[in-house]
Amino acid sequence: MFGIDALNFPGSGPLWLSVQLAGITTVVLVIVGTPLAWWLAHTSTRWKTVIETTVALPIVLPPTVMGFYLLILLGPYGAIGRWWVEVTGETLTFSFSGLVIASCFYSLPFAVQPLQNAFEALDRRNLEAAWTLGATPVDAFFSVAVPQSARGFLNAIVLSFAHTLGEFGVVLMVGGNIPGKTRVISIAIYDQVEMLNYANAHRLSVILLVFAFLTLLVMFIVNRRWQNR
Amino acid sequence: MNTGNEARVDLRYALERADFSLDIDLQVPMRGITGIFGESGSGKTTVLRCVAGLERPSLGKLVVDGEVWQDQAANVSLAIHERRIGYVFQEPRLFWHLNVRRNLEYGLRRTRARQNGFEFDQIVDLLGLDKLLHRAPAELSGGEAQRVAIARALLRAPRLMLMDEPLAALDRTRKDEIMPFLDRLHAQLSVPILYVSHNIEEVCRLCDHLVVMEGGRVLAAGEIQSVLVRLDLPLLAGEDAGSVIRCTVKGYDAEYELTQLGFSGGMFVVPGRFGELGAELRVRIRANDVSLCRDRPRHSTILNIIPATVERIQPIEGPLVMVRLLAGSDRLTARITRRSCDELDLKKGDEVLVQIKAVAVR
Repeated sequence: MFGIDALNFPGSGPLWLSVQLAGITTVVLVIVGTPLAWWLAHTSTRWKTVIETTVALPIVLPPTVMGFYLLILLGPYGAIGRWWVEVTGETLTFSFSGLVIASCFYSLPFAVQPLQNAFEALDRRNLEAAWTLGATPVDAFFSVAVPQSARGFLNAIVLSFAHTLGEFGVVLMVGGNIPGKTRVISIAIYDQVEMLNYANAHRLSVILLVFAFLTLLVMFIVNRRWQNR
Repeated sequence: MNTGNEARVDLRYALERADFSLDIDLQVPMRGITGIFGESGSGKTTVLRCVAGLERPSLGKLVVDGEVWQDQAANVSLAIHERRIGYVFQEPRLFWHLNVRRNLEYGLRRTRARQNGFEFDQIVDLLGLDKLLHRAPAELSGGEAQRVAIARALLRAPRLMLMDEPLAALDRTRKDEIMPFLDRLHAQLSVPILYVSHNIEEVCRLCDHLVVMEGGRVLAAGEIQSVLVRLDLPLLAGEDAGSVIRCTVKGYDAEYELTQLGFSGGMFVVPGRFGELGAELRVRIRANDVSLCRDRPRHSTILNIIPATVERIQPIEGPLVMVRLLAGSDRLTARITRRSCDELDLKKGDEVLVQIKAVAVR
């Protein structure tokens, strides 16, 4: 679909769709997850624990259960789905946009938790120093808090991306299996296995396996190096 | 403090905490170094944090040289970043993700109004940082890091410097390393400084004015010479009690290597060479180094024997009394035993001779 011949092997379409989905989801999660994580790191509301639990739910919830509720929520009669139809005239379920929204819920804890940990470990005294040096709270956030939480951001980005890339159950429930629209790599692998086309299944699986290994390896190396400074 | 019409900082703060309350109403001149002295828990740091806007007092009014920075009654309170202050904390608080140069530039870049601002090179030079600019904060010694922190605060072009025991976290050697820089700061820059300390030596060396705090209240405030000789403050009557006197260099005895320092009550002679002829400097005389006699001792190794009048006698705890003496228009204190006081039959108004064992030149 991108017209690059070298990547035009069977299954390249689903692979690119997955990369796009994971990329967009990661960007959205960093934008949405950062203020949420900052708020969780600093709030003293008694609802904090309840909200933290809610955010963490996708870690333990079976993807099919989550997918089922998201299907209802995003469907044309669901709260989000109905609003989407009114605004855009299209349905969310079985569309790429629907997948992005579903993935954001599904991968939320993988973005919020590393960020929240990083923000909680920040030395508030550094922020005080920044304010007294003339930085507005927003300026101090970007010039001191963000760079000092770089490790948290890296972990959030890597984990959200990798976790979304391997998504299966939620996608199947919400997005189905539409080539070029919702057929992501994990579903393509499932298809190939169903058709007993093991060679193709291997090719795609190895790509995911190597990718998962390399991202984790890089993350561990970077984290260790950061620890030693 | 009686500051008349000259530029000053007015601060009035009240604040309630579970185990602490602050209630102060204070005027501080917009010049020189004002020491805020007291034991830990006396509220010194809280005062600085209120001035910086880092605390939310229940009542607050802050007027800096006529500009209202805070007046809670009128719902006025500048945000922290809008207050032109340079805050030097107890620990350097350098940004570890930036090198020394970028740390120094942090406040500089965020200060648009550059009036009475200092040049980058001038401050780097003043604090001796030129060789450190490319280092990471983790590669600095404690003393170096604190010097960077002071420079960073100065480059903010502050109307008011706030220094919270900047030397407390350093050992003796590091302190001695920083002190000359603070002296230079005092001598070369006109920015007023509020200097919090619990160390009377530091205060005597650096400060022109002194505020004494206890339990969130101000016990005394004024020129350091007059506050130090108030005998009603137990905080100032301990081992380290003493006085500060301004002197002028009158001469140097090259043969004996002694400097003569004139003051209103006569002349001090101190070993070593200090300043040029006519230079103004100040000396500190510890009350423990002062003894009194009725008649001029005929043979004594003590160089400094000065006539003075007993102004006040104040018993302090145990066997000791504090005596305040007037020599010319300067005052000094003696910390002597109650028995000596009785044997000499000292009374207010008596003329005595003051023997001073050591005069420390700042």
